Amino acid sequence: MKTASAENKLDLVARREPVRAGRTEGATLRSLGRLRWGLAAGALLLLIVASAVFAPWVAPHDPLAVNIRHRLAAPAWMEGGATAHLLGTDQVGRDLLSRMIFGGRVSLVVGVAAVLLSSSIGVLLGLAAGYFGRRTDWTIMTLVNVMLTFPFVLLALAVIAVLGPSLINMIIVLGVAGWPIYARVVRAETMAIREREFVMAGRALGMSHVRIIFRQIVPNLVSAIVVIATLQVAQVIILESFLSFLGLGIQPPTPAWGNMLGEGRVYMLNSWWIATFPGLAIFVTTLMINLMGNALRDWLDPHMKL
Amino acid sequence: MRSYISRQLIQLVVVVFGISLLAFAILHVLGDPVLLLLPQNAGKEEFERYRHLLGLDQPLYVQYWKFVSKAVLGDFGKSWYADTPAFRLVIERMPPTIYLTLAGLLVALLIALPLGILAALKRHSWVDSLCTAVAVAGQAAPLFWLGIMLIIVFAVRLKALPASGYGTWQHFLLPSFCLGAALAPITMRLVRSGVIEVMNMEFIKTARAKGVAEPVVVIKHAFRNACIPVITVLGLQFGQLLGGAIITETVFAWPGVATLTVESIRNQDFPVVQCAVILLALVIVAVNLVVDLVVAVIDPRIRTGA
Repeated sequence: MKTASAENKLDLVARREPVRAGRTEGATLRSLGRLRWGLAAGALLLLIVASAVFAPWVAPHDPLAVNIRHRLAAPAWMEGGATAHLLGTDQVGRDLLSRMIFGGRVSLVVGVAAVLLSSSIGVLLGLAAGYFGRRTDWTIMTLVNVMLTFPFVLLALAVIAVLGPSLINMIIVLGVAGWPIYARVVRAETMAIREREFVMAGRALGMSHVRIIFRQIVPNLVSAIVVIATLQVAQVIILESFLSFLGLGIQPPTPAWGNMLGEGRVYMLNSWWIATFPGLAIFVTTLMINLMGNALRDWLDPHMKL
Repeated sequence: MRSYISRQLIQLVVVVFGISLLAFAILHVLGDPVLLLLPQNAGKEEFERYRHLLGLDQPLYVQYWKFVSKAVLGDFGKSWYADTPAFRLVIERMPPTIYLTLAGLLVALLIALPLGILAALKRHSWVDSLCTAVAVAGQAAPLFWLGIMLIIVFAVRLKALPASGYGTWQHFLLPSFCLGAALAPITMRLVRSGVIEVMNMEFIKTARAKGVAEPVVVIKHAFRNACIPVITVLGLQFGQLLGGAIITETVFAWPGVATLTVESIRNQDFPVVQCAVILLALVIVAVNLVVDLVVAVIDPRIRTGA
């Protein structure tokens, strides 16, 4: 289910198998297989990113060029389709493939920017909660509980409704709403690391709190943060698409996978392709990100307890 | 047990307080209600008069106190759009949302329980791999796209089921399957890892050694114990399940709280948005509390803090 940020974490919990002494040959082979899948997924993802970045050169048509005479044209392999429009055209005759290629830009930019924002907030708060404990911990964790209780979607909807839909507002909303998962994981890890000898040694040597946190604790958290952040990009992309789908995100005529899907819904009776392909783009992108994230976790730390 | 319940209750109060603060802040800090209410060409005096009329010229804490003390009695103000109390509007739409959520949960369990147990028992076989692959794909599919695809296939092509609406049992099939399919992957993984963990325990060996039939071992000994993490996580996931229901509702035009909320956001009808947000949050908090208590009753380790 895609609504949740807490979900990734649960996902990680769910995949954790009881740790056995010594990995068998089978287990190693399987993890190698997953790594290979992850690499393949990464390659495909790179292709998607590249096509979005170089959209003006890759796209066969102008994504905004209206051509009423060719409206609602079917994909090339169907009856009534033309090779000029590989995936068909939409309700005003814009080329669907070109719009999809350009639409990827929105999703990827929002996904990465929002994750950068939420991971920064979440990591800082998680460090503070885990390192200082007591009241700081209580306050931050209560905030985390409030945020996690609340459906992410509803929060984003309500805030966008007041701020008004725009690219920046969407990044801010999704970024601010997504931090609790980082805070929770970072807090738990920080609490464990804080008790280790090298931190005590640092304290005994008179290191400042800031130095201990950023020079001794943070480097140990990097792999966990990278894995969560990767998986979160997929969640943010889905949420962004949903907001655009409802008309509360990127506004037409700017192409975004979500608003294309929303526009296509109206025409699904006769022209199924308008809604199908943008959704497929979201699906493939998030699937590749998830596969890559899982492989990344196996590779960075097979016993990562998240 | 009593101290456990009181701890949970204190947390509940804090969470509810936080959510009321959030809902209040969304409207009063991020936006200016008067700007939303009055036409843009209204004069400055007009704005001031309205501000005074609505009590918006008072300090924020006074406004918040007024808002909360009324909200506790179920008075969230009148809808700016429909001239009926916001509370009544939201309550009327609550049952369809709850039915959809429960139906989705049921579908998810019907899919996840058998497959999860099967995958755990046939661990590392092709059945297990297939289940995992489907789960990974299922987790990446955006819920709103899945819903539209279901409509295109079952309503538009096969003409077998209604595409949207509410009333008969046929109307329930597509939305609840959509929501259930979204929740099933995570549930299946939890069941799988829960059963695997339990199957390695001593009491399973004892049961087998006693000569208990294998199906009885699986159902009575293993599955019951594997249920504890599943119930806990499903309870925690309830907010996300409701978030999924929100998305499902908007796709299938289901007359629940979510469609009301989205409509109200479009109409900038903030009393209704605030009321819906707070009531949904209360439902989630209540469910979480019940789940906590149920788990504490089932699993003595939790209430004693062992």
